[in-house]
Amino acid sequence: MGEQPDFDGWTCPLPLRDHDRVTIGHGGGGRLSAELVEHLFMPAFGVDPSAEMRDSALVDVAGGRLAFSTDSYVVRPLFFPGGCIGDLAVNGTVNDVAMSGAQIVALSAGFILEEGLEFTVLGQIAVEMGKAAEVAGVRIVTGDTKVVDAGLADGVYINTSGIGLIPDGVDIRPRRATPGDTIIISGPIGLHGVAVMSKREGIEFGTEILSDSAPLNGLVAAMLAASTDIHVLRDPTRGGVAASFCEIAATAHVGIEFEETAMPVPEQVASACSFLGLDAISIANEGKLVAFVPPEIVDAVMSAMHDHQFGRDAVVVGTVTADHPGVVVGRTSFGARRILDLPLGEQLPRIC
Amino acid sequence: MKYLDEFRDPQLAGRIFADIERITTKPWAIMEVCGGQTHAIIRNGIDQLLPEQIELIHGPGCPVCVTPLGVIDKALDIASRPDVIFCSFGDMLRVPGTHRDLFQVRSTGGDVRVVYSPLDAVRLAEQHPDKQVVFFAIGFETTAPANAMSVHQAEQRHVTNYSVLVSHVLVPPAIEALVSSPTNRVNGFLAAGHVCSVMGCWQYEPLVERFHVPIVVTGFEPLDVLEGIRRVVIQLEAGEARLENAYPRVVQHEGNVPAQKMLADVFEVCDRQWRGIGEIPRSGWRLSDRYREFDAESRFDVSEIKSPESSICRSGEVLQGLIKPNQCEAFGKECTPRKPLGATMVSSEGACAAYYQYRRLDVPDPSSTFDAATSRGVIDAVRLPSTAPIAVAMPARRG
Amino acid sequence: MCLAVPGKVLAIRDDRGTRMATVDFGGVQKEICLAYLPEVVVGDYTIVHVGFAIAKVDEASALETLQMFRDLGIDLDEELGTRQSGALT
Repeated sequence: MGEQPDFDGWTCPLPLRDHDRVTIGHGGGGRLSAELVEHLFMPAFGVDPSAEMRDSALVDVAGGRLAFSTDSYVVRPLFFPGGCIGDLAVNGTVNDVAMSGAQIVALSAGFILEEGLEFTVLGQIAVEMGKAAEVAGVRIVTGDTKVVDAGLADGVYINTSGIGLIPDGVDIRPRRATPGDTIIISGPIGLHGVAVMSKREGIEFGTEILSDSAPLNGLVAAMLAASTDIHVLRDPTRGGVAASFCEIAATAHVGIEFEETAMPVPEQVASACSFLGLDAISIANEGKLVAFVPPEIVDAVMSAMHDHQFGRDAVVVGTVTADHPGVVVGRTSFGARRILDLPLGEQLPRIC
Repeated sequence: MKYLDEFRDPQLAGRIFADIERITTKPWAIMEVCGGQTHAIIRNGIDQLLPEQIELIHGPGCPVCVTPLGVIDKALDIASRPDVIFCSFGDMLRVPGTHRDLFQVRSTGGDVRVVYSPLDAVRLAEQHPDKQVVFFAIGFETTAPANAMSVHQAEQRHVTNYSVLVSHVLVPPAIEALVSSPTNRVNGFLAAGHVCSVMGCWQYEPLVERFHVPIVVTGFEPLDVLEGIRRVVIQLEAGEARLENAYPRVVQHEGNVPAQKMLADVFEVCDRQWRGIGEIPRSGWRLSDRYREFDAESRFDVSEIKSPESSICRSGEVLQGLIKPNQCEAFGKECTPRKPLGATMVSSEGACAAYYQYRRLDVPDPSSTFDAATSRGVIDAVRLPSTAPIAVAMPARRG
Repeated sequence: MCLAVPGKVLAIRDDRGTRMATVDFGGVQKEICLAYLPEVVVGDYTIVHVGFAIAKVDEASALETLQMFRDLGIDLDEELGTRQSGALT
């Protein structure tokens, strides 16, 4: 083994050294995940600690700029209302690439299969992947398959990577969030997380909510056609809109203020949140984006979004401010303020 | 949702705020006992909009936060065993024991599962007869009937591989401990409506009479909380002390009699340790003799686990509004939201955790207008050991 | 403590001697134990905590409470001549 990471050097706030092993929360997309990347992976990979964390990396190549992204999918259950791990794996990476403003060019797919997995299940997942790729207008051009012993995986895990081309003049990244920017959400939030939770052992409940799993590259292209001066795009997956806001505020060192009453929370999502004790704003989405745009292009971008099937219900929810940098503040329906904190990890139902 | 949305109406809230403003002439310290009410207060920013004379002190009503360190260590010990499926409400998974939490037990191979209802745990026991299924039975009087039913059902169905780790706490002894403290600053209480929906209101009458303190049974939606505050203020301004029910759509005077019968059958009153507070006599429930065989503590022989709580933590004083969080030497150093020493830091809405968050805001320190214990507005969207912290750092006295 | 929400009883059944119900929470349904509310019938609203109905919601009381909120400060409104269809700004 090589050099050990320097655990003692990990600093506040909230050091990872509280744990000596990976916990589920480290994959939850919240603060624990961020710490893992920041304190373990980035130093080990020799990445500049001041580098910007974003949904897809920017790679300069001869004659252009590529967006490059990878994501792994470990969903339980494999099939859930409105989707399955297959379409999720395609849409998720298409979206990560799209959040740089890039148009997706090609996808890879890597499978880790559990011994004993039925071919009908795997076949159905593959078919859904193919369909999703077709909807997104992208091809899966390379892949890999490994099988592990029974009991070592939940049926199937999928990794997908994607590359896309960033059009000239487009510069979309978290640090461009600027005081004065208007914040848009592309539609109703919390659908995916609630749909998956409704089928999870120990929590099951009946609902008509479907996952919002969808490819957003078309929507992003339409928005860019309206104006290339979009500052930030982010798909609020794990950790929900709350995590996106907190990360962008921290990265760009700006404050975010939003109206809680403006948040597009469907009634059934609100109901599920009520009895599980969760906050819709922290629940995962798989077919939504948040956009930070300068005020002068809001109308054009909103209009382009409203004309697109995945942006029809887009709404303005907040603004970027120079006050309280790094802090996200919600305005409650009573006109008071609450600070939004980065979700720590996995969303769990609570009793109190 | 019916019966929720109407009680969140900002316009009606404006009416109640205005009335509270109109009737308040003196400073009053009011404690909402229940964590659910603290949650509504912080989620909606109610404390920021009340007249400055009204100080809200967040009470001891978060069962997750007051579960003593020793019991959590017992849970961690049991959950680590290879033949055990350990079931818990989601809130408990991130509450730290002495060295780790249930999440970390899971990461080292423990089978820890989140359930919505204790009956789900009984069902798991039926499905896994080769395993021991243990349910972490925490909670106040509201949760106890559900936990009691799971034990009763396991007995009826001869589910012998089911057991419960019980750490139930009771509200009236905690209020009594608070008001009988020589340093008590609380002028009036919002009693927890859902506890009363099970136990009835009558339990609070002796407290009102003995300590001449207004107690108003209060619901959990923002308008309910505001109305509770308003009724307490009306009494305080008039120099009165009565028991009132401001949550009549849910709470009946006698409570839920079938649930009370089940509780009396399954549990018996015992002394109970509260995290950060110490022992309060007769403030908890344990399994009655009849159901003792379902007691996980004896089944897994963990009764001997004792865990000293932090000696530097001053959460009890914070809770009573006697000191501000940053006056505790451990604040922000040994004690942070990630490594909390006391319940006021365990809970994301606890006074210390809220205060910790507020250091991040370039706005006036909330303590400049409010007491520390009222620190406003922080919500942890995760809501782990959500809601409120605990109270009182003194041994309770029973009269 | 005690996250408990109101839901409407849609159907009642017996599960090996335990009274269970399907309860609807604003479009989301959950199986709930009704053992502690023997008098509840389909259509009633109950307060549910950790899978148990612990209290029946009394509609008349709810309406009365809301009416009382609406009436708060009305005298003052009229005095100031600011009352407009019950709304407060």
